[in-house]
Amino acid sequence: MAREITLGQFLPGNSFIHKMDARSKIILLIATIVFIFLCRNFVSLLLISLFSLLVIFMTKISFMKYLKSLKVILFIVILTGILNLFYGTGDIIWQWWELKITTGGIINAVFVIVRIAILMMISAVLTYTTSPTDLTDALERLMKPLQFFHVKVHEIAMMMTIALRFIPVLLDETDKITNAQKARGADMESGNIIQRVKALIPVLIPLFVSSFRRANDLAMAMECRCYNGGKNRTRMKVLHFTGVDIAAAIVSTIIFAGVIYCNIRFGSII
Amino acid sequence: MCRGTCGSYEKTFKGGVSLAVIKAENLGFVYSAGTSFEKTALNDVSFEINEGEFVGIIGHTGSGKSTLVQLLNGLLRPTSGNIFLNGKDIWENPKKIREVRFKVGMVFQYPEYQLFEETVYKDIAFGPKNMGLGTDETDKKVRASAGFVGLREDQLNVSPFELSGGEKRRAAIAGVIAMDPDVLILDEPTAGLDPLGRETLLSQIVDYHKVRKNTVLLVSHSMEDIARIADRVLVMSEGKKVMFGKTAEIFSKGEELEKIGLRVPQITKIMLMLKKQGYNVDTGVLTVEQGFNEILSCLSGI
Repeated sequence: MAREITLGQFLPGNSFIHKMDARSKIILLIATIVFIFLCRNFVSLLLISLFSLLVIFMTKISFMKYLKSLKVILFIVILTGILNLFYGTGDIIWQWWELKITTGGIINAVFVIVRIAILMMISAVLTYTTSPTDLTDALERLMKPLQFFHVKVHEIAMMMTIALRFIPVLLDETDKITNAQKARGADMESGNIIQRVKALIPVLIPLFVSSFRRANDLAMAMECRCYNGGKNRTRMKVLHFTGVDIAAAIVSTIIFAGVIYCNIRFGSII
Repeated sequence: MCRGTCGSYEKTFKGGVSLAVIKAENLGFVYSAGTSFEKTALNDVSFEINEGEFVGIIGHTGSGKSTLVQLLNGLLRPTSGNIFLNGKDIWENPKKIREVRFKVGMVFQYPEYQLFEETVYKDIAFGPKNMGLGTDETDKKVRASAGFVGLREDQLNVSPFELSGGEKRRAAIAGVIAMDPDVLILDEPTAGLDPLGRETLLSQIVDYHKVRKNTVLLVSHSMEDIARIADRVLVMSEGKKVMFGKTAEIFSKGEELEKIGLRVPQITKIMLMLKKQGYNVDTGVLTVEQGFNEILSCLSGI
């Protein structure tokens, strides 16, 4: 049931990637994604793909987990791949009415599929190797410059932390309420789509009510402890850049430079 | 029920009157079987509960009580063993499991968090409506069950969220009673109520049991409550049935209960201590009143 949904996909470990500071992981992830889309030919695409696979293997997490993260978007990947087949110029390989598959189309499709797949898997590296609290801490730190524009960075980070913290609680609650309504004969497993949506009402209303109750209690508890936001608060866990982060930054920079070099050296094919 | 027609089932007649309404055979339940989170919650539990009995279920937190009661009304499917309701395996036809849930009413812990309808009336009617009863019959059942739990007529038309905590709980219990189940299971119905609320609710449950003459299973942490109202007690520990017997018998085994993290009612404990001191008192005493009389007769005997 609800319990089986995987959330907070953090898989604790002891690898090189796990040891990296969450901030450097976020920055390097964004940079890698940018460079995946900057690839102009197969050589640079191959380079960035091999780099991503290397990172994936360095996490020491079974490759099956990464493939599973792909399963969710499999439909989108295939759909965009097929659509791209028909967009493009070049020699016509197959034609039916107005639809034509061209060499350019095939190259486009390959690029799109590889890019999305690598994008998903490399993003999974971040969520698999970073605990949710580290992640929100790092986001808060990285967004700090936005304070200059009066963005309430600490509040945003706090909301994210609370939301993540309460996901398991709410799942548990959903399970309990579902059971209670099933015990009163609520039928959640059969019927057409409208009946099924209607059958959710007896679960959703109590769930909303208890979420508001919890939010109230939590706000009250925070106020009782005179909690008032980010200013001058110290942290229990302070983020530190270490040698691992410097090494990762150097290796990534070399790869990114390599992508740019390959782009220039082998020309653009898309 | 299948009187006479299905002789293959063991029927338990005690003195030719009572029939086992629930029978559990080698019941086992494993959470997340086959994964690394595998956890055995229930291991080889067998027992029979007779029609019209009031059975108390006690056990330490995590002893498998909640799993057991959820198995009994078909919310969980046992990983091994069988459950018979009126002599019929409840999982014989998984599609008809809803009918089992109507016959075995289940009141969860903190049932007030399941209220959702616009009015108390509609919420209590949720169960009977799911059973497919007509408006008239539903109306009768709603009013009768509201009466059992002491909700006033005018309270039926307000939103359940406007009721007080204790009233919400009673409205939720009425929602289960309204299905008129053969067996009523209550999981810690008095948790979090004030002393007066506990007292009222318990006496309402006892009255309900007396009037309807159906079977009631009560899970509770309060030994005093169980001692006062249960006919028999089922003791669970670490997923196993440890003891099952007459209430007085069970509570006279104070030491064994304490070994598995339970205690006996205070008055029973006093009796056990008196016995240890050499006084000739009956240790099967369950209420303060009985204790008082027992001590009196013991004193007059000296």
